[in-house]
Amino acid sequence: MITTTGLTKVYRSHGRETVALDGVDLHVREGEVYGVIGQSGAGKSSLIRCVNLLERPTSGTVTVDGQDLTALAGRGPRAGRELRRARSRIGMVFQHFNLLSTRTVQDNVELPLEILGKSGKERSRKALELLDLVGLADKARAYPAQLSGGQKQRVGIARALAGDPKVLLSDEATSALDPETTRSILTLLRDLNRQLGLTVLLITHEMDVVKSVCDSAALMEKGRIVESGTVGDLLATPGSRLAAALFPVGGEATGADRTVLDVTFRGEAAAQPVVSRLARTYNIDISILGAAVDTVGGLQVGRMRIELPGRYEDNVVPIGFLREQGLQIDVVGHESATLVKEAAK
Amino acid sequence: MTWSEMQPLLSQACGDTLYMVGWSTLIAVVGGLPLGILLVLTDRGGLLQNVVANKVIGQIVNVARSMPFIILMVALMSFTRWVTGTTIGREAAIVPLAIGAIPFFARLVETAVREVDGGLVEAVQAMGGNTWTVVRKVLIPEALPSLISSTTTTIVALIGYSAMAGTVGAGGLGDLAVRYGYQRFETDLMWITVAILAVVISLIQFAGDYAARALHRRGGRSGPAPRLRLLKAEEPAAADIGKAV
Repeated sequence: MITTTGLTKVYRSHGRETVALDGVDLHVREGEVYGVIGQSGAGKSSLIRCVNLLERPTSGTVTVDGQDLTALAGRGPRAGRELRRARSRIGMVFQHFNLLSTRTVQDNVELPLEILGKSGKERSRKALELLDLVGLADKARAYPAQLSGGQKQRVGIARALAGDPKVLLSDEATSALDPETTRSILTLLRDLNRQLGLTVLLITHEMDVVKSVCDSAALMEKGRIVESGTVGDLLATPGSRLAAALFPVGGEATGADRTVLDVTFRGEAAAQPVVSRLARTYNIDISILGAAVDTVGGLQVGRMRIELPGRYEDNVVPIGFLREQGLQIDVVGHESATLVKEAAK
Repeated sequence: MTWSEMQPLLSQACGDTLYMVGWSTLIAVVGGLPLGILLVLTDRGGLLQNVVANKVIGQIVNVARSMPFIILMVALMSFTRWVTGTTIGREAAIVPLAIGAIPFFARLVETAVREVDGGLVEAVQAMGGNTWTVVRKVLIPEALPSLISSTTTTIVALIGYSAMAGTVGAGGLGDLAVRYGYQRFETDLMWITVAILAVVISLIQFAGDYAARALHRRGGRSGPAPRLRLLKAEEPAAADIGKAV
């Protein structure tokens, strides 16, 4: 639904060049919620602004719903008619909501429809319908300043949906909200994604956002995407930093001659008594250093950090046994971890 | 001088001042608003970025603004004659008043429009709006309370300028104060003129502040409307009274 190839963005000011995007290839499939996570300055904001060409990429292409937007861009800083029409089919929500303070909630939602040249009757029908959808039907006549942050973002979402977009871009939409409001906004986005088949591309610096709504995720660093994939695939990738961040387990080895393993259970495997079976089969003592069970991207996932006596070399057979049980094993802090990674590829 | 002698003089002078100030304010707003918005749009990073145009407009505005009004008035005499056919009278005074006020108002507009949150501009662009949409739906409505305050400031400044115009035959309250108060030592009349000016300026300032604050409140912003603006606007007013008298 959204594809970028070789996207670069270089800012020039006072003779200095700053590379914000350094060859980003992004592929967002239709109907999924895709999260791009990274620290501030990683280029997330530039990336999402390049998708609807609010920022013009220095090079590379952006295709949304089969339409090459970079080809529509034309010359000069102003957006041509074609590009403006394409933008009206891409909804966008912002961290600071960006609602017009002098317009009522309803008039704010009507604004994109005014730009599209819809009649007054049609505008008000559509606006009220959308406000109903986001649960703010009773606030139509209020001004933004009279609303809470969560309500403002709901108005922002209703406004973004006014042009019947297939794609919604979310620029840190929950970053200015408290945790509880964040959850309710994310639930709304998830519901809209399911009900309307809306493809959502969101950028965030909060791992919880990715954890609770995203089907796929990408990790951005210094203008590059360093890891990406569906949440399920990422969790199945040994050594994935996103997976480790999505699902952190703590605990340090208790001695030098110990082997620490991260065991990831998914679906079927989670139900099996693997740890006790391991202890019985090989007659070894297993310590559990940390463990957690959670739902990530709609999948039930468990992760456990266990410690086996002896060095890695002594534990090759038990580790093989665990892998045979369909578990994903990451050996923590051992150089062979890299070898395991190589082997997995 | 008795009241019955003063009264027709005063009402004629008041009428002339209001006539001159009214028309020149209207022209200043019509000319200064687009100019001020253009100053923002053509600036670096603006929607119509054009550094050369921005520099040129900015320079013209700066020069015109820093020109002492009395010199501007004299310098514009041939232009005034070309427009109105005369250099004397209240119609003729409108020309230099308006031309002096356009850059003044344009700078105020520029400041007001710059205060509008860039995120709103971005939001409208993301909806597919063009530059004209941004100006019409975002910049002007969001800056409206400030624009009203700017208009108030401009009116008050124009009352001051109009008094100077009075000294070269435009009539109005300034003319009255100079001819009777200064040249004929009719101190009573002069003090009445001062009082009238003070009242008129206060009324305009009050009405302007009230309108700006009402618009702010419609936006429902919490907390009091910016009182600071009121103080800022009164400073030039006080200075202009000094000039007028």
